Amino acid sequence: MSMDRRDFLKLAGLSTVGMGAGWVLSRPGDILEASQFLQTKELLNAKQWAMVVDIRKFKTVEDYKKVIDACHKIHNVPDLGNPKDEVKWIWSDSFDHAFPGQESEYMPEEMKHKQFVLLCNHCENPPCVRVCPTKATFKRKDGITMQDLHRCIGCRYCMAACPFGARSFNYRDPRPFVKEPNAEYPTRMIGVVEKCTFCEERLAKGLMPACVEASNGALIFGDITDTNSEVRKVLADNYTIRRKSELGTRPSVYYILDIPGGDGNA
Amino acid sequence: MLEKALVGTKKYWTWVFFLFAVIGVGAVAYMQQFNYGLGLTGLSRDVSWGLYIGQFTFLVGVAASAVMLVIPYYLHDFKKFGKIVILGEFLAVSAVTMCILFIFVDMGQPMRIMNVMLHPTPNSVMFWDSAVLGGYLMLNIIIGWATLHADKKGVSPAPWVKPLIYLSIPWAVSIHTVTAFLYAGLPGRHFWLSAVMAARFLASAFAGGPALLIILALIVRKFTKFDPGREPIQAIGKIVTYAMIANVFLLLLEVFTAVYSNIPGHMHPFKYLYLGLEGHGKLVPLMWTSSILAIVSLILLIFPALRKNENTLALACIALFISLWIDKGFGLVIGGFVPNPFERVMEYWPTLPETLITIGVWAIGFLVLTVLYKVAVSVREETEGVELEH
Repeated sequence: MSMDRRDFLKLAGLSTVGMGAGWVLSRPGDILEASQFLQTKELLNAKQWAMVVDIRKFKTVEDYKKVIDACHKIHNVPDLGNPKDEVKWIWSDSFDHAFPGQESEYMPEEMKHKQFVLLCNHCENPPCVRVCPTKATFKRKDGITMQDLHRCIGCRYCMAACPFGARSFNYRDPRPFVKEPNAEYPTRMIGVVEKCTFCEERLAKGLMPACVEASNGALIFGDITDTNSEVRKVLADNYTIRRKSELGTRPSVYYILDIPGGDGNA
Repeated sequence: MLEKALVGTKKYWTWVFFLFAVIGVGAVAYMQQFNYGLGLTGLSRDVSWGLYIGQFTFLVGVAASAVMLVIPYYLHDFKKFGKIVILGEFLAVSAVTMCILFIFVDMGQPMRIMNVMLHPTPNSVMFWDSAVLGGYLMLNIIIGWATLHADKKGVSPAPWVKPLIYLSIPWAVSIHTVTAFLYAGLPGRHFWLSAVMAARFLASAFAGGPALLIILALIVRKFTKFDPGREPIQAIGKIVTYAMIANVFLLLLEVFTAVYSNIPGHMHPFKYLYLGLEGHGKLVPLMWTSSILAIVSLILLIFPALRKNENTLALACIALFISLWIDKGFGLVIGGFVPNPFERVMEYWPTLPETLITIGVWAIGFLVLTVLYKVAVSVREETEGVELEH
């Protein structure tokens, strides 16, 4: 059989494509969903983890600092020292920035200047998960909006999609900026997106999230689908609001406001 | 046929080596970015997409605009476009190449780009965008090459080419619609949350792309023996005129809805872009330049006497192209991020390395375009006077 150069190239091209397709199809194990997370013996289970922020119990600067530091220290969150490259998992901001559009110029002065603890809302209907082109960010069965940092391609579509500014991107190598690295938790590499994980690594050990533990009861954490959970009790007894709930993402973080003049325990 | 790109005049080679030099500078800047991270750019936690994604968006439009030549020629038998339809198809190839490169340089982990295909995610618009763009690139390479090859031999193209040509028409519309959906479906980004986003994208594409094509056709005429002809250029001029009117109309619809409704979230991005917000207004001069150039181009295009003069037509096309480049390649993306989700104004401006990388990608696009146009023009020069068979 004779074959000219053109036919040979055609055949070679087709074979390459075929081999590529064959390689992908022959590895179903890799394509299938990996088990979402380690099912440890101590694991705390839930259908949808949620948090209530009792803002009445945040009184001093120290109250915020210990909650934020508890998280950032154990999770090796770098301090890059500039707002452009900033990475943060939990932080605080004033009412008009936490709940834009809800503020009024006549609201109590105290409320105007009050700081609100902000973090990922672990939405029941998260737009970040919807837009991710690689399933690097996904919804776990316990409601945590989780990320696979080894799959993330760094396209930052999730950052555009999140209405809460919850996500940070590693614009540069974060490792030199972690002051006291915690060897128990991974550091991140350049070019991936990260955020709060509701301390899934602690839940796996039967522990509450670090911020909750450090908050002296100002942060309440539990399964919102469990009618006997503490979060449900707190939600039933107090008027709470959520950030931008009109967008339909169904945030799982609720806020009990500090209402001056009220008895604080309505 | 590619060998035709390997012979050329001194001017041709000077241009090619100039492009290589620009690409080289861009490549060095990219290596820096690759090592340091995207922190080398002006991007931030608040404005997480910028110049790169803006260029990508703008160039998807340029790519889609090839359909403005394909429809009249293949669906309406408008014979005058016969010899230049190839210029549109090859422009699309060059534009999609740049789109892919701009996505690549924007990625935090570019080595993982294959994850998009290894973990296909149909609920992500970005998955669909990469699929339709890849398909469109293939379609235009195959169609352009097959038709040109047939022209060279003086025969009609193989029968399988026609169905591909018809397929490329809705496909062109799809690439820009899907690109608009990247933006238009995000909760909380008021500037982008608009049902006319895709329509506006198409209108600006069908104005900007063909305007660039007119400029390119005039350059081809000046530097080669192939004359695309006065009539096709005039016909494209009319297409540009209608599309630009539609684009400006759609932009004004957006402004009306935002301003008359008086909803702060909808007004703020427009205020930031055109007036400045809370003392920040880095984009204001740029956005007004875009508006003024849009008006200038419309005046030059709408009056027939001005449009029929090729000098003023060229001027109109240059003004229009720059206007749309600012509006879509820059303002559109930044306006979605300012103010940020906390209603704070954090501004963005590209850095020098970011600009060099951007220029480098454009140079690669121009190199691809130069090579493909060289081939097409050489074939046209050889077969001058011969009627086309398709």
